[in-house]
Formats: sequence, C-alpha cells, structure tokens
Amino acid sequence: MSDWKKVCQLDDIPRLGSRVVKHQDDDGGVVEIAIFRTQGEVFALRDKCPHKGGPLSQGIVHGKQVTCPLHNWKLYLETGEAVAPDVGCARRYPVKVDAGVVFLQV
Amino acid sequence: MSKQKLVMVGNGMAGIRTIEELLKIAPDQYEITVFGAEPHPNYNRILLSPVLAGEMTVQEIILNDLDWYKSNGIKLHLGKKVDKIDRVKRQVIADDGTVESYDRILLATGSNPFVLPIPGNDLPGVIGYRDIKDTDDMIEAAKHHHHAVVIGGGLLGLEAANGLKLRGMDVTVVHLGPWLLERQLDENAGRMLQKSLEDRGLKFLLEKQTEALIAGESGRVAAVRFKDGMQIPAELVVMAVGIRPNSALAEASGIYCNRGVVVNDTMQTYDPKIYAVGECVNHRGTAYGLVAPLFEQAKVCANHLGNFGIGRYTGSVTSTKLKVTGIDLFSAGNFMGGPGTDEIVFNDAAGGVYKKLVIKDNRLVGGVLYGDTADGSWYFQLLRDGKDISDVRDHLLFGQSAISTGAGHQGQNKAAMMADSAEVCGCNGVTKGVIVRAIKENGLFTLDDVKKHTKAASSCGSCSGLVEQILASTIGGAYTPAASAKKPVCGCTDHSHDDVRKAIREQHLKSIPETMAFLEWKSPNGCEKCRPALNYYLISTWPHEAKDDPQSRFINERAHANIQKDGSYSVVPQILGGVTSVEQLRRIADVAEKYQVPTIKVTGGQRIDLLGVKKEDLPKMWADLGMPSGHAYGKSIRTVKTCVGSEHCRFGTQRSMEMGIKLEKMFFGMWSPHKVKLAVSGCPRNCAESGIKDVGVIGVDSGYELYIGGNGGIKTEVAQFLAKVQTDEEVMEYSAAFIQLYREEAHYLDRTCHYMERVGLDYIKNRIVEDADNRKALYARLLDALKDVKDPWAERVAAADKHEFEKLEV
Repeated sequence: MSDWKKVCQLDDIPRLGSRVVKHQDDDGGVVEIAIFRTQGEVFALRDKCPHKGGPLSQGIVHGKQVTCPLHNWKLYLETGEAVAPDVGCARRYPVKVDAGVVFLQV
Repeated sequence: MSKQKLVMVGNGMAGIRTIEELLKIAPDQYEITVFGAEPHPNYNRILLSPVLAGEMTVQEIILNDLDWYKSNGIKLHLGKKVDKIDRVKRQVIADDGTVESYDRILLATGSNPFVLPIPGNDLPGVIGYRDIKDTDDMIEAAKHHHHAVVIGGGLLGLEAANGLKLRGMDVTVVHLGPWLLERQLDENAGRMLQKSLEDRGLKFLLEKQTEALIAGESGRVAAVRFKDGMQIPAELVVMAVGIRPNSALAEASGIYCNRGVVVNDTMQTYDPKIYAVGECVNHRGTAYGLVAPLFEQAKVCANHLGNFGIGRYTGSVTSTKLKVTGIDLFSAGNFMGGPGTDEIVFNDAAGGVYKKLVIKDNRLVGGVLYGDTADGSWYFQLLRDGKDISDVRDHLLFGQSAISTGAGHQGQNKAAMMADSAEVCGCNGVTKGVIVRAIKENGLFTLDDVKKHTKAASSCGSCSGLVEQILASTIGGAYTPAASAKKPVCGCTDHSHDDVRKAIREQHLKSIPETMAFLEWKSPNGCEKCRPALNYYLISTWPHEAKDDPQSRFINERAHANIQKDGSYSVVPQILGGVTSVEQLRRIADVAEKYQVPTIKVTGGQRIDLLGVKKEDLPKMWADLGMPSGHAYGKSIRTVKTCVGSEHCRFGTQRSMEMGIKLEKMFFGMWSPHKVKLAVSGCPRNCAESGIKDVGVIGVDSGYELYIGGNGGIKTEVAQFLAKVQTDEEVMEYSAAFIQLYREEAHYLDRTCHYMERVGLDYIKNRIVEDADNRKALYARLLDALKDVKDPWAERVAAADKHEFEKLEV
C-alpha cells in the first residue's frame, strides 16, 4: 500500500479553500488531487467533477461540501459523493494533519 | 444529553411537512414518533382526484415512503387512532392501547368531510371524499353501479363528479348555491364552467336542498329526495359539502377549541407543550382547507419546535385551481369586488374565455380566470406583493407578456398549452414533460425543488416564471409562490436580501461570520449562493472597512480570469473604450505567441480575449502584458463600448471615444451586484448600441441623452430615458449616481433592469434627476469607494495570493 507523503503546511491552504496537488503515479500518469480545508478539517478528492470533469479545487467550500465551478454540482467532501438528486462520485484520498503539516496517502 | 420526545398525531401533508422542516433545522433535537390513522404513509391528498379519474395511481401519489421514516429515525404507528392525551402524565394513548410519552405534541389531525344531518346519511353507498379508502370505495362502486349523485358543487365535489363520470357512471351534481363554486367564482365564470362540464356529460341540479337518502331493497342507498319532492336514482352518494376541522382529540383532552384547535401565530395551542398545524387548526378565526397555507404554517411551527423562536404565521391569501383535466380555472383573493373596487372584465362567451380582475386603490385584490389561466400565478404574485399596478393598468388584463417591463422570457409561453416535448429550460435542455414527471413522481411543491431535481431554471434562471407556471398547473392550489420581496437569500436563512442589507447597514456588521451570527444563519458557513452575496453587501456597504473574503467569491473573481469548460482560463486585458494602439497590439501578440494561446477572439465589448490559458501561467502572462485587468470575469464594471464619434465620423456630434474612456477610467475596479456595461455613441445612429446597456450615452448636437437599465442578454431589454445633460462632467455624475444607487440597493445578481423593474423608473428619476443633492452625494460615495483602487493583475504579479496560482506536488 502507498505511503503517507508530506504535502504542505496546513496554513498553506486557505480556510474554506483548497490547493491542487500534482501526483505522478507509478505508471508515469499524472493525477491532480484537490486538498480542501473546511472550518476544522482537511479532505482530499480527485480534482475532477463526476459530472463534466470540472476542477473541484476551484469551487466554493461550504460546510463539508464543495460546489463545482462549472455547473454547480455539490459534492460531499467526506465521501466524494454528489449531493442528491445528482448522482456521481469523485475518488477520495486519505489525508491527515500532524503537527500543522498535511500528509496525503497516494 | 438525551433527546426530547416529539409525538405527532396525524400523518398527513401538513404534519409531515412540519417534520421535514424541523429535520432540516434541528435534525438531532427530537426523538420523533408519528401516529397515522390510515394504513398508508404520507401521500399527496391533493392528487386523489387524478387517482379517481384514473390519471394516476396510489403509488404515484405517495410523498414519503416507509424508507423515509426509517432513514430519519422516525417511529411510525400506522393504522392506529389516538383517542386520548393524558396531559398530566404527558402520554399519548392510541385505540389499540399503544402508549407513547411526550415532551411536545404536534397535532395534525386534519379534517373530516361534513355529513349532512339527513335521514339515510349512514346507508351503505353514502361516502365522504377524504382519503385513499374513500377513493377506492368510489372506484369500486363505479364498477358495479350506474347512478352517482354528488352533493356539493365545490372544488372537491366537481373533481369527484368528473372522476366518476370518467369511470363510466351517470353523474348528477346537486348544489344548494345559485351557481357552481360560488366561493371561488363569480356567476359568469360559474355558468361557463357548468356549461363545459355539461358538454362532458355531467348533469347539474342547482338550488336544490336534499331532504333524505332512501334505501333500496338491498339496504344500499337507491335514491335521493329533495325538499321540493323531486327524487332521482342514486346507488352512490358522495357528500362533498365541506370539511370540518377534526379537533375531537384536542377537545377530549381539554385543549381550547372553537371550530378547530385554536392556535396563536407561532402555531402553539393553549397548552404550551402542544402545537397544531393543518386543517384541524383555527388560526385567527380561519381554518384553511388548501395545502399552500398549511405549508406556511408548517414552516413557522418547525421553527418554534426547533427553538429558533423566529417567524410568525399571520394568515394566507389563497388561490384556487380546479384539477379537472382540460378545464382551466383560477381564482384568488376578493374576486367578487364590492364598494371601493373597480373591475376590469374580458368576456368571450363563445370562445370560452372569461377574465375578471378586481382592483382597489391601484392594487390587484382579486381575480377570476376561466379558459385561459396562463397568467394566474403572475396575477397572484401581484396580489400578494400588493404591487402598485397603475403603470400597467392598460395592459394588465392581457397578461404578463403584454407588459414590456417584465425581465426574462417568463410569461411568453403558456405553460398549460405547451407540448410535453417542448423545451422549457434552454440552458440545461429540460422539457415540460420531464418537469411535470418530476413534480408528480417526487412530490415537488416549490421552484427550488424543481431546480434541484431537474436542473430547470438553475442556470440563467430566465425560465423560472415558466417553471412556476408549470408547477401551478400541475399541482393546482398546492402551489403558492413566495411574495417576491420576502424571498430568502438561499436555503441557509429565512432572511431576504433587503433584510440582510439593512442589518449590515444598521448593525455595522463588517464580516461574514459576524453577519451570519447576527442573523442566525442556519448553516455553519453558508453556501455558494449566500457567501458571495454577503461578501458583496459587506464590501459595498463598508468600503475600506469590510475586508474582502476571496474564499467567498466565485473562482473567476478569485483568479481574476474567466474559467472555461476544460478548466483553463481566459485573459482579457483592459482596452479603454475599445481604443487600442500598435504598442498594445504588439504586446498582446507577443504574449499570445509566447504562451501558445490557442484562441484569440475579439469580444463583444471591443477587447481582445486570449483563451485557453493554464492557471499557473496567469501571473506570468499578466507580467509580460504589462496591461491592467479588463475585469471581463466579475460581477463588476465590464467595458464602455464606443463608436468613433466626432473625432472621425462625418455624422458624429460628440467625442464618444474620449467620453467612453473617461467613464471606463472612473469605474475601474468597481464591484457591483451583477455585471455593468456601458456604451457611448456619438450620434443618434447609435453604433455603440447604447440602447441595450446598463448605462447608455447618446451624443446629440446639444449634449448627451442618458439611458439606463438596458440589457442585451437573456431577454433584450431596451434602456429607458433618464435625462438629457450638457457636459462630460454631468455624464460622469449622472452615470455614477445611478450605478451607485444600484450598488447600494439592488439584490445580488440582479442586473440594472431587474433592479429597475422592482423600484420603478420614477423612483430613480426622483433620486437622481430631481434631487441634485442626493445625486452629488451618490457620486461622491462612488468616487470614495473607488479611491486607491488597485489593478488586481499588478497586485498578483507582485506576488499577492500566490497560493491561488501555484500547484503543489507529491
């Protein structure tokens, strides 16, 4: 299984905002992951809306949801699932904060 | 902390709506138990008529299935009738001995059909019309019997009669009144309705009083006899002469009742632990039998049950639609008129169209529509808003589409006449059929519900009016538009845009968290709808004091570029007045080449758009360009379009390019409720298209004409004449004053045409043309708000908001 990788300081991510993390996987493909910071927690989803591929990292974060900037789909940050009645899911990545440092498992 | 216990008696629409509202605002406060006397989960009682008529099935009208109760942790007792509340031990006791203790009770026991006190009223074959069982009984009777008599020519009676007729029975409607639906229609409309129902084969006996129901040999009802001695055969008699609030349980438990359970404006009964909603209630002397007021009650009641303590129910104006397929009928308010009222009437008896509007003190107070009800919801909105109609009185009767001030394309199509395959929402490709199906299958009642489920009206919103009409014609009386002045900002609050602006101004609120706390926002940090609105209201009310919150802005305003469908951005540098130079063009060309910009496009606002730029390249591109932002991405000033004017044109009367450049410089960096576009033309030929701009300036030989509130967008809206002025300085002052007024008073996301539709041109002329002091003060406030404004691109080139543009790597 993959390791925890250090990403950035927690304060590098704006509260109710996000950062984009580029990750090169073993096959050489690059995925972009959005790390979100809510009022008190950090979440990570693949930076691609299940609707039409919009960059979720660019959306507005509210509660534990993000609204995609392209067509206003809302996704739960905890599960990556779209808020009903929309149906779809963005891949989730484990993420944690340790002593003010954000780690991502990829 | 253990949860409080809430027991609801009655499992109908008003009660369950209250629970739904409560779960939204206080999901964890109560352990909820529901008693329902019927063996069904909550269903849409309004749609029983289509079930009877064979147009829908019982399954289709279920609103909350058993899974809903389970997933919300609600304990459900079906088929159990509560017959006692022990208020000392605080227990509810059902007829089968089930006992539940409570901290609060919600009574939603509904109503009973009124049964005439005449001999034979208890014979087999005599039924009221109230629930699924009654409907099933009628459907069953229609299979075996021929003659049906419906007593009562009200809404319910006519719907029952129509249904039975469609099921093959010979139906006679008996009515005591002089015409049908005398509580909803005037005589004229009542006669027209009767005629078209007669054409469908229904029979009517008016002004007939029923004396007795007579049994046949089998013991089942066989005939109806009237006071005048006349007798007609009837193997099925449906009593539809009205409903009575079902307050038996409350009365038996010693709670004060008077034609219903008496409640105050918070829906609380005389026992403070017991609340009541719905048809069982008497509020200020009125018991409502239509669903829309009950939903308003539900909202207020949930708010108080949830301990929020705000919101009062102060009564409802109701409107009516008859759900008989093929008959369009609408009535609202005081449709009979009376002293001090005027009537506007259109009567085409042969064509089957009748419209009557009742007007008092220049306000619409009531109306009846028959045959053509497309404008029903629009009239009802005017009525509820109490809007002054003197400006549009000439055209009022011809409907919304005849009145040119309506913004958006609502009202141009007639919802009821549209084919199912007709497209309603052009942005999302949603047809009428899809909307109607979603409304029926999912039990939707509000525009918001429809937006969520179908996406119709959720993008540009111009079809909202049409969607509302479809809602109204699909669910009839259950649909009530909110009075527009009071529409809440979003689901996070009950406060309107005006409430929020007022609070920010009067309470000196300076930040979003402060504002949300003061106004008791229902969500922890709002949503993508309210946060941008709050951010704008704060920075426009307190320039230099309130701090801008980038996380509450849509991405375009945060990145100062326009996001495109593939996640790339577009860059539009400022080209003042559309006048450029060799130097500017060379820089743009160099940058486009260096960053391999795939598309270069001239915009409608006379600028150059570089499309397909990667976000991380933006600051570098801006640095290389060395030009300020063109603000082509925000709810902000956009451009000032100009023609060449008297500098070159042989017809030009004014120096339009120079005037345009001055205006664009003045407005540089201005945020606004929505985008703001200007144009300056040098002569009345108007090559800069000033007639469709928020502020349009047209040069004439003796000065400038100023036009405001134009729009070339979703619906073309022609700008209206504001004033004629002499000098360039006056053009600046008047334009700035109008835009500042709009900035201070418009609702977020309203263009100037929407704002003007709300407040009226006269009001704006008053504040700007006639009141010179106020105009100068507005002008000064705009200039003050824009002093020290910085170019956002230059700030970001100098490393502001670096995190926005840099990607991390792992």
